Amino acid sequence: MCAKAILKEPTIPVKDYDRDLLIELYRKMVSIRLFEQKVEHHFLAGDIPGFVHLYIGEEGIGTGVMANLTKEDYIESTHRGHGHTIAKGADLNRMMAEIFGKKTGYCKGKGGSMHIADFSVGMLGANGIVGGGYTLAVGAALASKLREDGRISVVFFGDGASNRGTFHEALNMAAAWKLPVLFVCENNEWASTTPYLTTTSVADIADRAQGYGIPGYMVDGNDVLSVYETSKEVVDYIRSGNGPVLLECKTYRIKGHFVGDPEKYRTKEEVQEVFDNNNPINRFEEKVLEAGVLSREDLDAVYVEVETAIEEAVRYALESPEPDPSELFDDLYV
Amino acid sequence: MAETKKITFSQATLEAMQEEMERDDTVFVMGEDIARQGGIFGQFKGLPDSFGSDRVRDTPITETAIVGAAVGAALAGMRPIADMHFADFMLVCGDEIYNQMAKVHYMFGGQKTVPMVLRAPDGLINQAAAQHSQSLEAIFQHIPGLKVVAPSNPADAKGLLKSAIRDDNPVIYFEHKALFNTKGDVPVEEYFTPIGKADIVTEGSDLTVVSYSNCLQTVAKPVAEMAEKEGISVELIDLRTISPIDKDAILESVAKTSRLAIIHEAVKQGGVGGEIAAIVAEEGLDYLDAPIMRFGSPFTPVPFARPLEQAYRLKPEAILEGIKRMF
Ligand SMILES: Cc1ncc(C[n+]2csc(CCOP(=O)(O)OP(=O)(O)O)c2C)c(N)n1
Repeated sequence: MCAKAILKEPTIPVKDYDRDLLIELYRKMVSIRLFEQKVEHHFLAGDIPGFVHLYIGEEGIGTGVMANLTKEDYIESTHRGHGHTIAKGADLNRMMAEIFGKKTGYCKGKGGSMHIADFSVGMLGANGIVGGGYTLAVGAALASKLREDGRISVVFFGDGASNRGTFHEALNMAAAWKLPVLFVCENNEWASTTPYLTTTSVADIADRAQGYGIPGYMVDGNDVLSVYETSKEVVDYIRSGNGPVLLECKTYRIKGHFVGDPEKYRTKEEVQEVFDNNNPINRFEEKVLEAGVLSREDLDAVYVEVETAIEEAVRYALESPEPDPSELFDDLYV
Repeated sequence: MAETKKITFSQATLEAMQEEMERDDTVFVMGEDIARQGGIFGQFKGLPDSFGSDRVRDTPITETAIVGAAVGAALAGMRPIADMHFADFMLVCGDEIYNQMAKVHYMFGGQKTVPMVLRAPDGLINQAAAQHSQSLEAIFQHIPGLKVVAPSNPADAKGLLKSAIRDDNPVIYFEHKALFNTKGDVPVEEYFTPIGKADIVTEGSDLTVVSYSNCLQTVAKPVAEMAEKEGISVELIDLRTISPIDKDAILESVAKTSRLAIIHEAVKQGGVGGEIAAIVAEEGLDYLDAPIMRFGSPFTPVPFARPLEQAYRLKPEAILEGIKRMF
């Protein structure tokens, strides 16, 4: 017998949600969206070097999960990590400065887009190695278990990354030791240029939880409230000492794999269709307006506030100095 | 002279762990077969009795997750020690060592240190063949951000392990399998062997010999003794730390002796000897009265059959012949 992972549907009526929470969810999603639109713009303008991978269209996942975490909880992020970092509460100015390669950035210009970390909010770093974060999150969770500090660790990863051996090693170790880890698969249907069903043996990655004797759930990743509710439930379960959970959030990669990707492997229409009909920010707006919990004015006020903060982040990054060549050897050893 | 006691290399590493784990509860150990079995070389025997099986933890056979989890635990404020069973298995978790453990501190702009130790039993023991005998220090010397040590005796084994555990940088601790049962004098008082400092084992005036780990005891020392009999006064240096390398000790010695030979068990090609030779060629060429000589194992995997393994092993006599040609 092969038990299917459970597909979780939203249960709490939107009107029963706390207003402040809804505003916060909206603020986070819009912050990620506008932050990344600016990053895309400045990358194409030649102001940002390196590689940039955008999270646009997947904002509901990081936002929904992180709303259930405290600053003390740990997260491990991916090459597509701006959204997780913003949702975990990192400072937009220092993030933007890092992406621009400036001295005032989180990593003093040594990391860039793929390697932002903010240890002050438990964000243990984005990983340029696909599948590099799982075992680190397991280790952070082991630290929490040894210290009994009540923290949990969350690792985000893509559908492509779920085929790395580290996925299996980490799930097994976390399950064998009942560690407080939440594995969040962001299934955006693409791994670079490859559609995930052509390289993945199961239709639902959450089904793999079965192989490790842990709960596996699926949720609509473009519905922030679904993500929020389900992750609330699993975060509580993990915090109570029950061990790890695998949560697959179904979404879709709206942007190219990286900024500048010619995207020869799919049609513009396919992408547009998802963006028009299944965009987490629009869906959220429709839901809250329909339920009458937030008004258009409420949403606009948040939007304008975020816009200002992002403008400020860009200004901060542009005006910040680059690192001095003499800093090359700083932080090599302690 | 400080009071000493005679204990094995294995016992010395156990004492280091015992002392550091008592002092600091963020130190814990994990690896395959370390708690119930006490480690395949007995180097963890008794440790779970003092600290329990949470802090001395048997892992699944999952090197990638062991090293990755050690990095993650270090990021979360612990000081993990991960045991690699055999150094050869470090190659299973290349990403975790190369890209994670070594890079995090630098790549994240110094926000967080990775204070962890990887214990890696390496080197040739009888007929363990190609995948259980390797000396891998050169590949880790090549990675910025890591420290790499390789003690040759019980006193340094304890002192370096204690230093490694307290070091805020990630440290790879190579311990030669043939050394575990060797005995030596170890100070009774607490002490530390500094990372990054070579040891002048014997002073001499005609030739500097740099070696480390088991090879120092079983090859370089006999070579030095034979050379002395031939009237060559050897200054024998125990490198102890492979990275960061103690350039000053080597250059000062070569300035005095004008000749340099490097002897290590790892294959000669691409080895630590090449790095030392290059340092001296770059910064101490004027001191030299003869070409530098490197001695290392033949460029083959370690063979199994006894005659082949014998052919593979470094021979003090052959090295002595090479050295005599330097004069
Ligand atoms: C170990 C490793 N292999 C390959 C790559 C190159 N690479 C970067 S992202 C990516 C696709 C990842 O797909 P997925 O995990 O689904 O995440 P997504 O990009 O869709 O968010 C690949 C192949 C890498 N960075 N690391």
